Amino acid sequence: MLIPCPVCGLRDHGEFVYGGDATRLRPLISSDNAERWAAYVYDRRNPRGPHEEYWQHVHGCRQFMVVTRNTETHDISAVRLVGPWALRESG
Amino acid sequence: MPGFRLPRGGSRVDRTRPLRFSFDGAGIPGFAGDTIASALIAAGHTTVARSFKYHRPRGVFSAGSEEPSALVTLGRRGSVEPNAKATIIEAANGLVVRSQNAWPSVEHDLNAVNGWFSPFIAAGFYYKTFMGPGRRGWRLYEPSIRRAAGLGKASFAPDPDRTERAHAFCDVLVVGGGPAGISAALAAGQSGARVILCDENPVVGGALDLEDAIGEENANDWLFRATSALNALDNVRQLTRVSVYGYYDDNVLGAVERVAPADDAKTRQRHWRIEAKHVVLATGALERPFVFPGNDTPGVMLAGAALAYARRHGAAVGRNLVVFTNNDEGWRRAAALARSGVAVRAVVDPRREAPSTLAAELAETGAESLPGHVVTAISGRTALSSIRVEAFDLETNKASGAARGLRCDGLAVAAGWNPLIHLASQAGGPPEYDEAIHAFVPGTAREKWIAAGSMRGVFDAAAVAADGERAGAEAARACGFKADAAGKAPSITGADNLLPLFEIPAKGKAFVDLQNDVTASDVRLAQREGFESVEHLKRYTTLGMAADQGKTSNLNGLAILAKERGLPVPEVGTTRFRPPYNPVSLGALVGRARGAHLQPLRRTPLHDWHVKAGAEMMNVGLWQRPRVYARPGETVEQAYVREAKAVRTSVGITDVSTLGKIDVQGPDAATFLDRVYTNTFSTLPVGKARYGLMLRDDGFLFDDGTTWRLTENRYLMTTTTANAGPVMEHLEVLLAIAWPDLKVSLASVTDQWAGVAVAGPKSRDLLQKALDGIDVGDEGLPFMGVRTGRCAGVEAIVARLSFSGERAYEVYSGSNHALIVWEKLLEAGKEFSVEPYGLEALGALRIEKGHVTGAEINGRATVHDLGLQKMFSTKKHFVGRPLALRPALTDAGRKQLVGLKSLDGKPILGGAHLVAGAEAKEPGRSEGHVTAMCFSPRLDIYIALALLERGHVRHGETLYAADPLRGTHGPVEVVDPCFIDKDGSRMHG
Repeated sequence: MLIPCPVCGLRDHGEFVYGGDATRLRPLISSDNAERWAAYVYDRRNPRGPHEEYWQHVHGCRQFMVVTRNTETHDISAVRLVGPWALRESG
Repeated sequence: MPGFRLPRGGSRVDRTRPLRFSFDGAGIPGFAGDTIASALIAAGHTTVARSFKYHRPRGVFSAGSEEPSALVTLGRRGSVEPNAKATIIEAANGLVVRSQNAWPSVEHDLNAVNGWFSPFIAAGFYYKTFMGPGRRGWRLYEPSIRRAAGLGKASFAPDPDRTERAHAFCDVLVVGGGPAGISAALAAGQSGARVILCDENPVVGGALDLEDAIGEENANDWLFRATSALNALDNVRQLTRVSVYGYYDDNVLGAVERVAPADDAKTRQRHWRIEAKHVVLATGALERPFVFPGNDTPGVMLAGAALAYARRHGAAVGRNLVVFTNNDEGWRRAAALARSGVAVRAVVDPRREAPSTLAAELAETGAESLPGHVVTAISGRTALSSIRVEAFDLETNKASGAARGLRCDGLAVAAGWNPLIHLASQAGGPPEYDEAIHAFVPGTAREKWIAAGSMRGVFDAAAVAADGERAGAEAARACGFKADAAGKAPSITGADNLLPLFEIPAKGKAFVDLQNDVTASDVRLAQREGFESVEHLKRYTTLGMAADQGKTSNLNGLAILAKERGLPVPEVGTTRFRPPYNPVSLGALVGRARGAHLQPLRRTPLHDWHVKAGAEMMNVGLWQRPRVYARPGETVEQAYVREAKAVRTSVGITDVSTLGKIDVQGPDAATFLDRVYTNTFSTLPVGKARYGLMLRDDGFLFDDGTTWRLTENRYLMTTTTANAGPVMEHLEVLLAIAWPDLKVSLASVTDQWAGVAVAGPKSRDLLQKALDGIDVGDEGLPFMGVRTGRCAGVEAIVARLSFSGERAYEVYSGSNHALIVWEKLLEAGKEFSVEPYGLEALGALRIEKGHVTGAEINGRATVHDLGLQKMFSTKKHFVGRPLALRPALTDAGRKQLVGLKSLDGKPILGGAHLVAGAEAKEPGRSEGHVTAMCFSPRLDIYIALALLERGHVRHGETLYAADPLRGTHGPVEVVDPCFIDKDGSRMHG
């Protein structure tokens, strides 16, 4: 599977590390709600079809991105950078 | 012995280069360009193998990788390669070839008695037989059945050959070098696209050499013209002997090349990963056989193969052939055989009328035409001697019974074509059945490919070439090159008046899958027993599951199943196509990543010094670290006890460069560290270090280390060696995703800093001599303090930290300066009898102090389990805190860190389980396990650390450390994990 890294271009997925479901909402560090944290750590929807997930381009720019991949066909329909560099880009 | 070498001919052999190889000890002559099969045929061999289950004699059936029968074992420089296809292995001088699955010889195999038991060993027999008596009955049968299973025998010797891995990128990949592929490669290449053309064979041309003409042009002339044009294009790369086995996502394909022996003596295979913008699949079609009784007898083979051996290798398969076919091309091949010098005495065809011109042509050679007839039986066991031919009634689909015998030494069968749709189906939807050709053609594409030629049902040679040209141009245009539209795609017009007859109804064992010995009655048996779906048929009968993957048998099996179920073939469908198309050896996938090259090797800057000093180096993950510096005659235990004693009594130095180090900088660095550690780092003064614990989000302990505050906004974090990468990843994820607003920069500096621990009562005195610009007195450098200075002229950071429990320091310098610092420390320490100490001593020292490492931080232990709850801050929020407070993670019954003292003078084995039962035979349940052990230099007994249920409250109990696998069961006393100096006075000094 090839992933279009926004920084480096189309690269083989072996250059990346998978980061899991990107639709999970991480509770704030100040949250003491064990149920919310357990849901974040353990619960996954595991959809069939488009799936938003994190990938880090560790053997390239080391940036994090959210990739929309179809879990059935591996078609990638969207990629966007996340992290401090992404914030900077969008001004 | 029917086969012989023709006096002339053979486009692939060079008669000026004779060679000789051995088959079952007998010398076989051949020429360069022969395959094992062609040379065996020319030498007159008929039986070359024995079948899987029934041990029936088998001969060469085909001329390619679809071969089901002629599997041999190759001798290979001290090793062997079993199940090699004789039809594709090129003969080489001195090659040692052996038959398989026969004893004492392939000509006379005693195992053929299996054939007598055939009613009991039909498909799926192992689900219904060999049961009992009782439950242990199977143990009697299993060893014999296992020995009988399989064809070739693998070797246990290491593979002596080398495999390379290569990567290729192109605009257009053309798979298949027949007329379609060549035309596609030309069209795409002429447009300027980067093209790769792959073919399984040693030369391109495909099945064109079995034709006489392509359109109006002589086939050989066309081929010469086309390949010359292709060779002249720099942007077209031709890869021969390359079999594309898998079509993966995003137009990435895998292929394996059989490296020509002449090119490279040591490299045998080359694995290719090819990335193409667009693919033309021109993989061709395979001839299929009829299913009839005795169709597996040596001497029965595909008609195209018989012709191929004559034309490509100058090998005649017999002197007296009969051709059995249901289509016009079969007649053409009969005539071609006769013209090549292989006498054909008759053509048997179930169709009512023979094609007139072709029949007339054949009659001139003396061959008899027998339309309206079928072959119903074979005579001859190790070699075909005669066939029985009967009249065939198309209406009733039955043979008439009025039979005649025909003596012959070869039966060439031609019952139609199966397009090779494997790659298309791996990368596309299910194949579609085409009624015009009575075969499956590719379905819709899921990846970017275009089908061309006979693999999509176009059979006429000129149409095939035109189809290839169209496909190549279309692929080039899809890549953005200008290629003229070359007319419409030729339509599928039918397969030479083919009569869709797959099975000849007659009595006797008729084989569908020759390699797995699956008969037509097995297919009907499966259907009777309810295995109606084609996927069930495959698995129940094993049809199509052998090394040939059913290339000549799948469709016939389907057709028989369809007839049984009363359904048209397309409704039965095919099984799912998965890579690999041909078997791929594990060695091809591994390439050079074997042995020492399996993983990168990491060495510290002091590696060479350790080796020169006689250290025994050991692998810790990817790192090489010194285990002990044993003196001559010392055991490992004696060495580490001596080293550890040196540390406790005077001073020792050890290389700790492998610890993970992360530079954490920024105005929010302190906030960040407070969030990731269980204890507080924002309160750490500049010039001080603190031991920290990191949790995972699920509340379990993740890693420990010390973090030093170098300036207001700059920290140096250390992690355990093994977790350097994972901790870095953890921190990066938090900064990128959880807290992108924090202004923190991270840099991995593990390799940039070398570290040396200087430990022992004399460590301060040693450093006083070795360092400049640092006051290492207790006020200048207090416990947990951090200072910078110089050592032997190079910059160094020194922290007073202790892992060993003695007064100790860690000296960090740039890794390029490591040796300078190390040697200076040794020199300064001479007067204190300084000793270098290795991992074993490091471990013994920390076990005595109960300091935890990755053995205890095993991913299932919590902060409370390891007795470190004091470090669990109640005043701030940090990663992992909410879930660490879950009842199950703070339960008093959990496994908790304890120390163990051996009560019988014997070592307590790491991994041993703690049980209450005194007898090894009745240990009772496991209540915990040993995480680390050593001989304690200080206490002079064997001790260990362990995780034990409710360990915190069980000090003083006697338990047993049980290791049934290694046969130990010894009494131990549960004690506090800190064995010595509990108040830490030696450390704090």
